[in-house]
Amino acid sequence: MTARVGVVTFPGSLDDRDAARAVRLAGADPVPLWHDDPDLKGVDAVVLPGGFSYGDYLRCGAIARFAPVMNELVPAARSGTLPVLGICNGFQILCESHLLPGALTRNRSLRFVNREQAVRVESTATAWTNRYTEGEEIRIVLKSGEGNFVADDATLDELERSGRVVVRYVGEAPNGARRGIAGISNEHGNVVGLMPHPEHAVEELTGPSTHGLDFFTSLLAHLADTSPAAAAATG
Amino acid sequence: MPEHPKLDTVAAAAHTPDTPQPYAELGVADDEYARIRGILGRRPTAAELAIYSVMWSEHCSYKSSKVHLRQFGEKAPRSDALLVGMGENAGVVDVGDGCAVTFKIESHNHPSYVEPHQGAATGVGGIVRDILTMGARPVAVMDALRFGPLEAPDTRRVLPGVVSGISFYGNCLGLPNIGGELGFGAGYAGNPLVNALCVGVMRHEDIQLAQAPGPGNKVVLFGATTGPDGIGGASVLASATFDDSSHAKRPSVQVGDPFLEKLLIECSLELFRDGLVVGIQDLGAAGVSCATTELAAGGTGGMRIELDRVPLRDSTLTPEEILMSESQERMMAVVEPGSLEAFMATCRKWNIPASVIGEVTDVTPEEAERGGRLVMTWHGETVVDLPPRTASDEGPVYERPYARPEDQDALQADTPDRLERPGDDEELRRQVLAVLGAPGICAPSWVTEQYDSYVMGDTVLSAPHDAGMIRVGEDGTRGVALATDGNGRYTRLDPYAGTQAAFAEAYRNVAAAGARPLAVTNCLNFGSPEDPGVMWQFAESTRGLADACLEMGTPVTGGNVSFYNQTGAAAIHPTPVIGVLGVIDDVHARLTTAFPRQSEGARVVLLGSTREELGGSVWAETVHGHLGGLPPRVDLAAEAALARLLAAAADERLLAGAHDLSDGGLAVALAESALRGGVGCSVHVEDPFTALFSESGARAIVVVEPEEEQSFARLCDEHGVPAAEIGTIGGTALTVTFPDGGFSISLDDLREAHTATLPAVLDAE
Repeated sequence: MTARVGVVTFPGSLDDRDAARAVRLAGADPVPLWHDDPDLKGVDAVVLPGGFSYGDYLRCGAIARFAPVMNELVPAARSGTLPVLGICNGFQILCESHLLPGALTRNRSLRFVNREQAVRVESTATAWTNRYTEGEEIRIVLKSGEGNFVADDATLDELERSGRVVVRYVGEAPNGARRGIAGISNEHGNVVGLMPHPEHAVEELTGPSTHGLDFFTSLLAHLADTSPAAAAATG
Repeated sequence: MPEHPKLDTVAAAAHTPDTPQPYAELGVADDEYARIRGILGRRPTAAELAIYSVMWSEHCSYKSSKVHLRQFGEKAPRSDALLVGMGENAGVVDVGDGCAVTFKIESHNHPSYVEPHQGAATGVGGIVRDILTMGARPVAVMDALRFGPLEAPDTRRVLPGVVSGISFYGNCLGLPNIGGELGFGAGYAGNPLVNALCVGVMRHEDIQLAQAPGPGNKVVLFGATTGPDGIGGASVLASATFDDSSHAKRPSVQVGDPFLEKLLIECSLELFRDGLVVGIQDLGAAGVSCATTELAAGGTGGMRIELDRVPLRDSTLTPEEILMSESQERMMAVVEPGSLEAFMATCRKWNIPASVIGEVTDVTPEEAERGGRLVMTWHGETVVDLPPRTASDEGPVYERPYARPEDQDALQADTPDRLERPGDDEELRRQVLAVLGAPGICAPSWVTEQYDSYVMGDTVLSAPHDAGMIRVGEDGTRGVALATDGNGRYTRLDPYAGTQAAFAEAYRNVAAAGARPLAVTNCLNFGSPEDPGVMWQFAESTRGLADACLEMGTPVTGGNVSFYNQTGAAAIHPTPVIGVLGVIDDVHARLTTAFPRQSEGARVVLLGSTREELGGSVWAETVHGHLGGLPPRVDLAAEAALARLLAAAADERLLAGAHDLSDGGLAVALAESALRGGVGCSVHVEDPFTALFSESGARAIVVVEPEEEQSFARLCDEHGVPAAEIGTIGGTALTVTFPDGGFSISLDDLREAHTATLPAVLDAE
């Protein structure tokens, strides 16, 4: 059976279409999930896409964490069973939901930043990065106004010690993120939050590269490893 | 709600004909007021006066421009591609496969000076609703911006504010920003130009029109509640020249909520998809006044509105204020009674407030003859009873006097011939760097990095390429390309030729991306129409555009006029911004401006003819601070041939890149292509000064791999386009040689000159 990957649409989600396209190009079936519906429809994994969930007038992702769709998602993600990738606003929601530590604050420049961005994959021990090689530099897209990752030193030390820094900016962090952190995972490696957008680097025609696609093919490899049924189907 | 203490009803108006009314303060002229009294057979109520004042304002009625804009219809070329022409919210163009696009550009200049962030943000919001109203999903935006001199203190207030407003609103809507323009000039210091363009995509059968057919159908207001925003904005703010009292107008600028607009887009598209509306209009300038009169005039002519049913965010608003409010993110729909429940359910799904505020009514033949009948009540009392067509379609039309300005001859006689040319190779080299770093030429990334260009995943080309291009249709191969151009300096020197040059440049930009130009939109930014000199510029400009569109077979599908862009007696340079839309059958064939790094050794070919044309050029401005002479001659036949050649060459995959030549000439085009590709080039020219800085039109540089040279040369012959191989790609510098010398500039030095300009000023403490 082809893997089914849920893509959550909040009212202000913007990159949901793009996340679904990336899932499809990776060879899985995207399943639309609606913020107001707690039913996860039995999906194998979930992507929380970029955007402004509920307008983000309070704090990015602060209201989205209370959405009905999060009821079942949060415990399943916390237990290590459900792979979840939060991109940009999705990362913010994961932090607000306490599935990931730290917070994302306004870019140091106080301006939105939209650009091609080189990042280095620091950990391949996650459900979403196992197809990369450690230290691999990839070019994907960064587009955010509040991408400045912050956490206290103890938390940052612990993230680094446990290999949970998944992606770092190459060179100076364009948003001021502490220790150049662009993405982190939880201790199980099933939940990953990324500030840059891999789903916008899946086609030569529209992206800076196709380097982002392997986040999604990594998931399929992970599902194949962890599920006998999926393993049989993908052969 | 307490009854309004001084409610001015129709009955009261009939009995108090001599009550003085503040029509002059609302921008209504004496004769216009007399005409309103003539139409109604009595004095207008306060509410009726509010309606006429906004509907007959310059902004809404085009009363000074109408006689000139008619040419766009009268001289319109026959085009099978045009599905909906001028007059609706936006024109609709067939791009094949049952797919249609609608696009339009609109100004939000005055509000963006008063409050740059909100002014620019709501400019984006307004044009997006225009596109949505046609039934299309908005898929991209662009912005044409002009500011005062970069070093001027106020530019550091206006520019960052405008850019943050566009960024805040457009990014939150999830619409990729795919390009536009950035320019500077002294005249724009108190009159920045913020022209926002939006393009939308739909199926042919999805086109919606602003009409209200069917008596008994319900009139539904949905979206934001109505507040005191922008009251009087349409007639007072958008049509009055700024003076020292402009601070008093600050509260007139609307405040935008992009998240609500995003919901409104999704909600409206779902309503259209499910066939739940029979007529639709967005609320922009003139708010409820405009939507009700236009919907009624486009339908039976009859409508009855209960104004007290309009949901308010400020319960003290009077009927007149409700009619004039420009609160953002509102739409008005005409809905059949049987569809109402489903309509409301969809609104609830998207958390969009919706209220029935009235219904479509029948009119008697006599009423139809008078222009229909729009009745509005306020808690049961009639406050409006007027023929809606007289407000929406039959506003005043002025034949404003116009005359060629007295200084025009002297300006044209002051040609750049007298300007000192570079004395040696080193000076030439320095001037290339100066031009490359000029504020209107330099890399715009300080601005464009604040715009999301990737969202929706269909952006094939975006800034800084010649045109923006998006793929249309889910995972299809078809695409549309868009470019906007305007050159106030050219238009100042010769409004007819300058406007044609702006059109030709946008046309060429679209062609240089590999697309076929199809249709035109325009935003005409001028000074006061009451100044005969400005009116002459406007008349010449519109004549130039209409003639060019006729010759090139690209109809004008809609647009916008912005007058009164002046401070005191000083008007801006006339700045028509022309948008051209083109189509490309396979987006994989698109051409980019970057020299391809993997193509070292490929030939750089210059297409078109170069004449010594420096009037209005960037060189003259940057090196000598000079504006005079005539702009480059416009050769539309040559433009058409060049465009056909580029489309054919792209289609046959003969080219490895293309970049049109415009502001700054060959020097700028070579440097930009080299920097974007990260690879240098070496070129040889005969007369370096003219070759590098002349701004002759109908030219482009293309990159041709050696194995395609013959085929491409044949194609150039077939299309009658002069082609000269001027050099090759390679190395890490721009090297220019000529018979008696040469110079070289490293890519690092080019990059420094090109990218440092904006951050040096805008990031300075």
